[in-house]
Parts: sequence; C-alpha cells; structure tokens
Amino acid sequence: MAANGKAKRLGMKQRYQMLTRHLDWETSYQPMDKVFPYDKFEGIKIKDWDGWEDPFRLTMDTYWKFQAEKERKLYAVIDSFAQNNGQLGLTDARYMNAAKLFLQGVTPLEYAAHRHFAHIGRHLRGGGARVAAQMQSIDELRHAQTQVHTLSHYNRYFDGFHDFHHMHDRVWYLSVPKSFFDDAVTAGPFEFITSISFSFEYVLTNLLFVPFMSGAAYNGDLATVTFGFSAQSDESRHMTLGLEVVKFLLEQHEDNVPIVQGWLDKWFWRGYRLLGLVAMLQDYMLPKKVMSWKEAWEVYYEEQGSALFEDLSRYGLRPPLHQEDAIKEKDRISHEVWGTFYNYTHAAAFHTWDVDDEHLDWLSEKYPDTFDKYYRPRYMMWREMAEQGKRFYNNALPQLCNVCQIPMVFTEPDDPGVICFRRSEYNGDTYHTCSAGCKHIFDNEPEKYVQSWLPVHQIYQGNCGGASVEDVLKWYHMNLGADNMDYHGSPEEKMWSEWMAGRHAEQVEYPPVKAAE
Amino acid sequence: MPVVAIKDYKGEVKDKVENFHGNQLVYLHWEDHLSFCAPLAFPLPPEMPFGAILGEILPTYYGMHPDWENVDLAEARWTLDDEDFQPDPEKSLKDLGVGHKSVLRFWTPGLKGYRGSQS
Repeated sequence: MAANGKAKRLGMKQRYQMLTRHLDWETSYQPMDKVFPYDKFEGIKIKDWDGWEDPFRLTMDTYWKFQAEKERKLYAVIDSFAQNNGQLGLTDARYMNAAKLFLQGVTPLEYAAHRHFAHIGRHLRGGGARVAAQMQSIDELRHAQTQVHTLSHYNRYFDGFHDFHHMHDRVWYLSVPKSFFDDAVTAGPFEFITSISFSFEYVLTNLLFVPFMSGAAYNGDLATVTFGFSAQSDESRHMTLGLEVVKFLLEQHEDNVPIVQGWLDKWFWRGYRLLGLVAMLQDYMLPKKVMSWKEAWEVYYEEQGSALFEDLSRYGLRPPLHQEDAIKEKDRISHEVWGTFYNYTHAAAFHTWDVDDEHLDWLSEKYPDTFDKYYRPRYMMWREMAEQGKRFYNNALPQLCNVCQIPMVFTEPDDPGVICFRRSEYNGDTYHTCSAGCKHIFDNEPEKYVQSWLPVHQIYQGNCGGASVEDVLKWYHMNLGADNMDYHGSPEEKMWSEWMAGRHAEQVEYPPVKAAE
Repeated sequence: MPVVAIKDYKGEVKDKVENFHGNQLVYLHWEDHLSFCAPLAFPLPPEMPFGAILGEILPTYYGMHPDWENVDLAEARWTLDDEDFQPDPEKSLKDLGVGHKSVLRFWTPGLKGYRGSQS
C-alpha cells in the first residue's frame, strides 16, 4: 500500500475500524445465509455482531510487525542453542521424553488449530470476529512451525522425534489428542471456538503451559522455553478472545446460555481427560520437578477456575458438570497414566523407567492419601520383577474409552482400587466409557461417537499394518529398539552417558543462552 | 438429538461386529490387580468355548503376576455386563450370552494383588 504523504494519519481506533469492520459488508447478490452457511445450525442466536468487543484491536499490519520481531528473537536463540550444543545442558536425557510427547501430541494440534481458525475466519458472520480468528490462525501456524524448528535440533541426537506427524495420525496414545481436536473441528463454529478458545485456552491452558514451559526451564531446555515465551503473548490474546467469545454469546440471547453451558460441560471434561498426559509428564517425566499435578490442579483449576465461574455466574453459567469427579481424581490420574505407559512401553515412541527411591519419596510426600497405599507397591512389584529379569509388560491390548480414547485405566470416583466402567446402548450396539463425564458426552451425541477410530479395535479389524505388534509399530513408523522400551538400556541412555563422561573429563564450559524476552 | 449437524446425518458405526472378520470383541478384567492398567480387549469367535478363556487366555495374559500361581478359577466370582455370571467351560461364548463388546470381570477370592495393594 503506497502511503500518500498528504493523507492524515488515522488514530489507532479509526485504523482498526477501517481495517477490520469496514472491510465487511452486507452481501446483496447472494443472501447472507448462503454466504455464511455454518453459523446457525447450532442454535446460537446473534442479534448484533457489532456487539463483538475486540480484545486487542490489532490490525493485520501491526500484527505482522509484532510477530516478525518475535520471530527474529526466537530464531536468534534457537541458532545460538544449536551452535552451543544446548542439549548438553539438560538435567538428564530422560527429560527429552517430555519434549517427544509434546512434539507428537501437541504440535500437530497447533497445526490443526491453524487450519480450523482459518475456516472460521472465513465463516463467522461478524467482521471483527473473522479478523480475530484469522490472526489466531496465523499464530497457530507460527506455533507449529517454531515448535518443529526448535525441537528439530533434538532430532539430530534423540529418538522418537523423527516422524511425529505421521505418528500423530496413527499411534494409539496419540489418538487421544488427535480425536480431541477432530471432535472440535467437526463441530459448528461456535462450539469450536468455545471448546478451543474458551474451555481449553482459557480454563485449562495454565495446566498445559506451566508443566511444559516451567518443566523445560527447570531442566535446561532453553530452546523450548524460548518458543514458549515467544508463544506466550499470542496465547494471552487467545485467552482473551476465548473469554470474549463466551461473554458475547451469553449476552446476545438467553437461548444461547444452555447451549454454551452444554459445550462447557463437554469441553471441560474432554480437555481435562487430555491433560491426563500432562499430569503424567509433570509427576514422572521431569528429572527436576516443578510442582505436582495435584498442586497445579489446585492452583490453576480449583482456585482460579472457581473465581472465573463466579464471575460468569451473572450470565447464568455454572461450573462444568463432573468437575467434582476431576477433583476426586487429582490424587491418582498421573499415576494411572504413567502405569499405562509402563505397561505398554514396547508400544510407545518415548521411554519409561523404574521410578527411583528419591522420586518415590517425592510422590509419597505430594500424594499422602494415595501413593503409598496404591502406587508405591505397584512400582515395587515391577521393580522386583525387573530385577529378576522378568520386566512386567502387558501383552494384551487394552480396552479403550469410546470418547476420550484413553485405555480404561481410570478408577471409580470414590474408589482408587476399582476401574470405572460406564456403558451406553445405542441402536443395538454397546459403547464403553471411562467416566460419567465421557458417558455424558457420548449420550448427548451418540451418532458422532459411533464413528470413533479406536486404535485397538482398528488393529483387530486389520487396518493397522498387520496382526503382530511389530507390524503395527512399523506401520506407526517407530524405530524399534530405539524409540520404544525403557530408557535403561536404550541407545539414548548410552549416548547420554558418553556425553556426560566426556564433559566431566574436559570440563567444557558452555556459554549461557539468553532468554528471548 | 443424536448429533448436532447441518443436515440429517448418520455416522458410520466403526466397530460393528461385521468388521471383525467373524470375531466379536470381548473385554476381560481381573479385579484387584491394577498393575494391569486396564481391562484387556480380545477379538474372539462367538463359538469359542468359555474354557478357552479360562485355560488359555487368562494364563497367557495374566500369568506373569505373582498372584497367578495361587489362583483357583473354580472359586472365582464373575460378572457379565454387570450381572452375576456362572461360566460353563463347555459352553460357547454365544450360548452363555457373551456378546460383542461384553465385559467380563472376575474376582479371585483371597487375592488382593501384590502385598494386598490391589496392584
């Protein structure tokens, strides 16, 4: 755009008006309902799109300038990290498994978010809302790219990073994040934005961000910390958008309240179940610990969430259904999920390990009500078996929840010793779920969840590369004997030990890497 | 409403029994032994006698547990889809009412997992 020297400079607010809402118009050749076909079938009623408050009043040109600056800083740090062999500054190579899980499980979701925000950036009827969604679409693409670029440095040395996107589409435990997002993008635009922007990015985001980013900082992964910082200002924009969307929907029409409440009930539980993977990471996979899952849950959900829902009660919203079950589970989900990967370490593209005594004591301290009663004995049994050369593997495939797709490992809300079975019948078939929360989601839209691509069932139907475990793992593109199995005895452990031996011999000093912001 | 959709929508039932090549899915779960993290899923022929579960499947997949050598399956208590159930080793799954995606849970008296921890 050529600037006319004589033109009067516009104020920020005017510029924003011109560059967003003034680009929008009421169509006349085609009816608006045909141009925007997706924003009515969910039953949401919008009386006035101009009631949309734009949280940041950002225009595309300013956005571009800000983002370019963040990119420059980020890539300077990444380059310096690579040149200075930053991987040698990690607390321990076992930490890398957290980064693998992030790349396999989360980065593809950023990309999926990019695609779907582009979709709603076209299909929301209000101009302000469309521009906000378009910017978020570009943010999400940037996050996916910067994560891949950052973690690609580790791919030179460590296993399990090499084909993350392929794995995301196929591997059994990655069907958990994948199906979560597939569920969101196959909903209407308002459910999508409530699920991702509000329930996930607003209500639950700290529970994702803190373990990953503080975990990275505590464990010497400055590369990940840097992309975390680079994404953080985008994330705060996304969170504000999420809250704004929900308030906008609730203010527009009273009929919207029960619909939004239903989405909140659903997506709270969907997001919470997905965070089971993060709970495991936080309690088990960080050599240097940040805080326990239970502590994070209490601060970021129980305290901050209750303040949020108190604030939203004036719009007629109540806290999500089944949150009391999530609260009861805070003493156990991380252990139940870690145990699952210990059972199936041969089929996972990251490593597990025997939890050492110091770590066991930390867990006893953090989980006084459950750990010594239920989980410590389990680990002692596994340790004894391993010492006898009979490492415990689960050689059968697990039953999965038809909604969250996690193996049915979760226990009754009032009894950590008994698996929680829930069942629904629909059109003559049976569907199993792991909890009242997942059953509620199934029962509300059974026609959607009869389509779940459940990895165990797909293997038995013959759709996953073959009948043997090895066939299936090859179909996942796993490098057997490197990506999977225990850390102890892995090529990674050998490499790390050699590095550390060499490092101590030479007393090499590595320069500190500067943080981006 | 079975699904919120822009038009009349029928989902494809991915796990209908016809997709399992003559087998049906059966889930087995040994109670009080949560070192096995979840119930186990098997594709089994409906004509298979229940005795094959008792004599082959259970020892193969649960046999490594230290409690297993003390298990007396004749004493085990069973439920089939939440109802009390008396297995007959001679009868087929089908004749016993074990259907596609049925859940069989069993308790072995006196055995509560490693050192009584339900693990």
